[in-house]
Amino acid sequence: MTDLSTTWLGLRLRNPIVVSSSSLTGSLDKLKELEAAGAGAVVLKSIFEEQINLEADKIDDALHAGAGFAEGSSSFFSDMPMDFGPTEYLDLLKSAKQSLKIPVVASINCVSKGRWTDYAAKIQSAGADALELNLYFIPTDVARSGADIETQYIDIVRDVRTHTALPLSVKLHPFLTSIPNMVAKVAQAGANGVTLFNRFYQPNIDVDDLKIAHTLQLSRPEDALLPLRWIALLHGRVPVDLAATSGIHDGRGAVKMLLAGASVAQVASVLFKHKPAHLGEILREFEAWMKEKQYASVADFRGLLSQKSNPEPAAFERAQYIKILVGHD
Amino acid sequence: MSHHDNHVPAGRKPSLVNIDGNTAVAHVAHALSEVCAIYPITPSSVMGEVADEKSARGEKNIWGTVPAVVELQSEGGASGAVHGALQAGAMSTTFTASQGLLLMIPNMFKIAGELTSTVFHVSARAVAAHALSIFGDHSDVMACRTTGWGHLVAGSVQETMDMACIAHATTLEARVPFLHYFDGFRTSHEVQKIEELSFDDLHFMIDDELVQAHRERGLSPDHPVMRGTAQNPDVFFQGREAVNPYYVACAGIVQKTMDKFAKLTGRQYHAFDYIGAPDADRIIICMGSGAETVHETVEYLNERGAKLGVLKVRLYRPFDVAAFLSAIPATVRAIAVLDRTKEPGAIGEPLYLDVQTAIAEGMADGLTPFKTMPRVVGGRYGMGSKEFTPAHAKAVFDNLALSKPKKNFVVGIVEDVTHCSLEWDTTFDIEPAETVRAIFYGLGSDGTVGANKNSIKIIGEETDNFAQGYFVYDSKKAGSMTVSHLRFGKKEIRSTYLISKANFVACHQFGFLEKFDMLQYAVEGAKFLLNSAYGPDEVWDKIPRLVQERIIAKKCKFYCIDAISVAKATGMGARINSIMQTCFFAISGILPREEAIEKIKYAIKKTYGSKGDAIVEKNWKSVDLTLENLHEVKVPATATSTLQMPPAVDPRAPAFVRDVTGVMIAGLGDSLPVSAFPADGTYPLSTAKWEKRNIALTVPVWETDICIQCNKCALACPHAAIRAKVFPSSALQAAPATFKTMDFKDKEFKDHKYALQVFVEDCVGCEACVFVCPVKDKKNLSRQALNMVDQVPLRETERVNVEYFLGLPDADRTLVKQDTVKGSQLLRPLFEFSGACSGCGETPYIKLATQLFGDRMMVSNATGCSSIYGGNLPTTPYCVNEEGRGPSWSNSLFEDNAEFGFGFRLAVDKFNEQARELLLLAQPLKGHTELVDALRGAVQKTEAQIFEQRKRVEVLKRLLGGATDSQSKHLLSLADYLVKKSVWIIGGDGWAYDIGYGGLDHVIASGRNVNLLVLDTEVYSNTGGQMSKSTPIGAVAKFAAGGKPIGKKDLGLIAMSYGYVYVATVAMGYSDVQTVKAFTEAEAFDGPSLIIAYSHCIAHGIDMTKGMDNQKRAVESGHFPLFRFNPEAATRGENPLKLDSKAPKISFESFTYNETRWKMLTKSNPEAAKELLRKGSEMVAKKWRYLEQLSQIKYDVGTPKGE
Repeated sequence: MTDLSTTWLGLRLRNPIVVSSSSLTGSLDKLKELEAAGAGAVVLKSIFEEQINLEADKIDDALHAGAGFAEGSSSFFSDMPMDFGPTEYLDLLKSAKQSLKIPVVASINCVSKGRWTDYAAKIQSAGADALELNLYFIPTDVARSGADIETQYIDIVRDVRTHTALPLSVKLHPFLTSIPNMVAKVAQAGANGVTLFNRFYQPNIDVDDLKIAHTLQLSRPEDALLPLRWIALLHGRVPVDLAATSGIHDGRGAVKMLLAGASVAQVASVLFKHKPAHLGEILREFEAWMKEKQYASVADFRGLLSQKSNPEPAAFERAQYIKILVGHD
Repeated sequence: MSHHDNHVPAGRKPSLVNIDGNTAVAHVAHALSEVCAIYPITPSSVMGEVADEKSARGEKNIWGTVPAVVELQSEGGASGAVHGALQAGAMSTTFTASQGLLLMIPNMFKIAGELTSTVFHVSARAVAAHALSIFGDHSDVMACRTTGWGHLVAGSVQETMDMACIAHATTLEARVPFLHYFDGFRTSHEVQKIEELSFDDLHFMIDDELVQAHRERGLSPDHPVMRGTAQNPDVFFQGREAVNPYYVACAGIVQKTMDKFAKLTGRQYHAFDYIGAPDADRIIICMGSGAETVHETVEYLNERGAKLGVLKVRLYRPFDVAAFLSAIPATVRAIAVLDRTKEPGAIGEPLYLDVQTAIAEGMADGLTPFKTMPRVVGGRYGMGSKEFTPAHAKAVFDNLALSKPKKNFVVGIVEDVTHCSLEWDTTFDIEPAETVRAIFYGLGSDGTVGANKNSIKIIGEETDNFAQGYFVYDSKKAGSMTVSHLRFGKKEIRSTYLISKANFVACHQFGFLEKFDMLQYAVEGAKFLLNSAYGPDEVWDKIPRLVQERIIAKKCKFYCIDAISVAKATGMGARINSIMQTCFFAISGILPREEAIEKIKYAIKKTYGSKGDAIVEKNWKSVDLTLENLHEVKVPATATSTLQMPPAVDPRAPAFVRDVTGVMIAGLGDSLPVSAFPADGTYPLSTAKWEKRNIALTVPVWETDICIQCNKCALACPHAAIRAKVFPSSALQAAPATFKTMDFKDKEFKDHKYALQVFVEDCVGCEACVFVCPVKDKKNLSRQALNMVDQVPLRETERVNVEYFLGLPDADRTLVKQDTVKGSQLLRPLFEFSGACSGCGETPYIKLATQLFGDRMMVSNATGCSSIYGGNLPTTPYCVNEEGRGPSWSNSLFEDNAEFGFGFRLAVDKFNEQARELLLLAQPLKGHTELVDALRGAVQKTEAQIFEQRKRVEVLKRLLGGATDSQSKHLLSLADYLVKKSVWIIGGDGWAYDIGYGGLDHVIASGRNVNLLVLDTEVYSNTGGQMSKSTPIGAVAKFAAGGKPIGKKDLGLIAMSYGYVYVATVAMGYSDVQTVKAFTEAEAFDGPSLIIAYSHCIAHGIDMTKGMDNQKRAVESGHFPLFRFNPEAATRGENPLKLDSKAPKISFESFTYNETRWKMLTKSNPEAAKELLRKGSEMVAKKWRYLEQLSQIKYDVGTPKGE
């Protein structure tokens, strides 16, 4: 019997294939499908603070719009009690917890400091098994340094840590000068794990209409090489669980991440491309590889090819890169 | 009996609330009803809205159940439903006014005849006669005197709550139904601090046994009876008189209830309440809010030695003669009775006649206290919310002091045609000095009114001051001005008139300074607050000379703040409400500054708390930043400004516009005498162009290097403020230096120039034109063929350019390709500069119709937005062309618009037929067979053919010129009807889908050649956004606070079912080409045509600049599929239905959740939102499939068998 189970953020997972935060994990129906397809855990879609504020702003504007003429002297809309907090999100979380057996990880994406703590506490009381913090900041201010932004990130993690006892994973983006240092700081600030990496939605240009195009770019398998390196480098060196995400499209892709040292492999793009049920296919391939290699449990091979365990420690460093380029050993 | 009965609730501590009259009434009515059947009409809509909101929130009545609040298709329908609910035993009510109340009269007779307990709450409003007025008087309620209903009148906000309760309690016992009314706007919309009646109070007042008795009288198959029989001459009369004992007893029951109410609240009312000197020699008798002003005046004058009084009529019907006579002091020798209504041709107005009769009867029966019959005169005041002030009241008393007082007088206006008006002393002022009086001039959209209501709340709740707020609105919707009048003081406030002596004046919009002399209302030493982009050191030189002079002469303290910058800096956008409110508190000293700031912040938290901390925080931040930016301005000793207030209209305007319209524009319409006005409500066209409103901060500027002359901008412009013209190059002479032109790119017009002119003084700055402009500069992508720039620097040059542009010849209409977007926009619009909202989605359609058919168009316009921006004084948008032809426009009612326009058609067709008959008979035409045949046989399908016919008519008129025979004279007066007339019946969805649907159905079924244009905003836009049957599923609207649970009625499909009606749905934002085609086809179709035009609207909660994009999404989602159904195709064996939009390509969600009307429900009721979205998505998919299949049905049926 092959044992696929693993531990992530202190949670016992039936297998290491986790569905990452995306619109796939934004409705109960989809979540149920994902569980049925075999997911080890799910990370719910993110609450976006800006979106909530934007909606509130827009509705507030509309509530004020009518106050200008005698017959429409009040607003065009009845001022019904409205909830602009993350209620909808908390409802999804609650119903997911009621319906699913697998762990449900909540995800928040905020820009201002105060809001994190408020949401984190609410998420804990709604029953989440863990929390993933999505640190997503596009610096546009030329006067602002990288160190300054990193300090802001760490402050947020520390802040959230003091307001929730939930296992905490921080999802980072790869555009940091020293990823190991940042991960270590995140760990120090109280995180139990890091998720590598966040992919920014990149705007595109429409050359026909001469305008900026906003399209969803799915990951490609080769994108996996970036997290693969850093997971391999970090495994065993930082006191946090590592979750791999980006470009994991099949069972063998997931295997690679675990060999590098990840606790779990997060998937999404491939499920967009196919159907949520495709997750079963990934699992079957994963298990088939284990059988073929005769590993009885995930623990038997996890981290086997991390830099720390690897007989060839230089493989993940710069030297190897030069070798490939110059084309000889 | 309920356990509450007869015991004043122990430890009763009424809560004080700051609300308006409508809200006060709705509080009681909702609490005491099981069924409310409602329909919107100004100024009563708010009562229905509050009732609907309460039920949507799950608020219960005093018996613990949530009342059913249901909207009907008309007030007639609402009264029918109430009648039915009452007959079935439910406690039922409704709210209405004006024409709405008139529609209820048939049911009111029945309800009273059946002795049914109910109360209708009415915010009394003028009834349309020579013109419509949404404002307050008693014309509506006085029209109900014969129905047999009790009349209970409230004169203040507190009284609306009290009388509502007394009416409900009385009717249960008396079984006489009651009209409870109060003055529209003055009381319905006035905010006051009042005591609220609690549910315990209401339980104390209402006898549950009577409620049960009412229920038991209801129809039920378990104890069946019948009501509503038909009776013959033998018994009808006796049956009618059988109600008599109830009317005899009624007044006594009212008084008993009032006494009980006094025991509860300490407020003692009587059928007639006398205020004044016990030994008064002169009194005024009146009812409603005006009585409060008289009350105040009486007290003031009596303190100064006069012996005056006022008799307030509270129970007008049944008229209790004994109570009336006993309420008047025996010393009275002259009485003036004031009526707020007009009954032309009567001896006097209703209350006057009643008073005369009562006194005469009393004298005859020896029941009066008088030794000699007092002199009684009647007069009218306050119609259509005309101001009624202490000066007017004093004028009435002064009249009574004359040996021969004027009879049948009017007061408050100058009636100089039969000279029946009283003169008044304009300097008479009785406002107590200790009352704080503040006037605020704000923009409709800047939140001023909301902030002021908030201030009243703060002051009302946090201090022991009495508080009053009244708000005056503009009739224009874009760039409209609202004036708030706020009073605070330790004394009860009875001043039911505008503030004319203010100790605080705030101008929230700098531009208003040059339009209105607002400091004329400032008292000496008043504080003046100005929102100004100029700082304290430079603002003085930027204000008009008159303003400087006023500030100096009145020794005003002058403050300024750059509220726009503060709002921008704190992310508040255009909303400067909290900022200006903070300034008011900081300057006025009504509360200690720190405390006031704290209260404002608390109020902000309360208002915005549920919308998230971010909104609260930015409001707070704006408050903090305000204090740093508020400055006192040093006032120099002399006025130095060279800026003069410009005249309201160009001196070159026609005399009527200059002398009458211009005075109204300047805000001085109250000063116009009766003789200034047409006696029959007839007004000239082309007046809007004289009102240069200059309200846009930025306006589009045309770039000739990249423009492709598509004319999409002109089509989309809601205000006809950007226009295209094509003219021979040779016409371009002596053009102003900045006048731009391009060579015209079209083969039809060789050697012609093209000009696109922006009317910068008329533009409202909505940016719709820039949004639809398809051109981008390839070298600078943010530059389009139209770009917004600051308006002020362009005013002078563009004023000259506009004049030059208008002087250029219009394109030859017969050469223009009218059925194209480009061609249609080369035609002169005969609808311009309306008062519609910035970015309005309706007006582009009307403008297009006038471009295509305006010179032969007759418009029948349903009441609603289109009749307000189309016909509300001072200026109106319909205008004439070079030849003086243009749309002939009228508005009858809301409900009868289709029939009204149908009447146009009948008349025009009859005239045409008559003219054709006379062509064969008129003597001077003998021998002109060719002309007569041509005139009679003319085909008038195209513009060229119509022009030909016009020419023939000119010849005909010349031939008939000198003729004296009757037939020739008749023919001469009918000759123009030989030219085709285009009858347009225009209105919104409230008319077409709901109140006027029966008529619309009948008119399209008639087969006659009329064109119906439905401006479908899917909501009652004009009355403030109530649900109609066009409102789509899931959308939130007033009366559908919980989201509309069912789908939009498919009017197009219903109309198609006739088979011979041309039907088109259009949405300019999706396909302007199809819109233009549909309009030309509909007009050309010789039969009934119905165009349903999707119109984005401010009531949708959208960015109006991008309204055309919302239209596009509505179509792309399948919500509003476009089609044309042309019965002519069927005659050729083709399917008449042509789908003009493609299969849905975006989800229903991505259309709906882009608009607040849907998005809001996800915040107030996410569960329902989800379910309704699901249903809605299904509906649009089904609708598309259905239409698709319909469009594919084979129509080649051939000849029926057996023929």
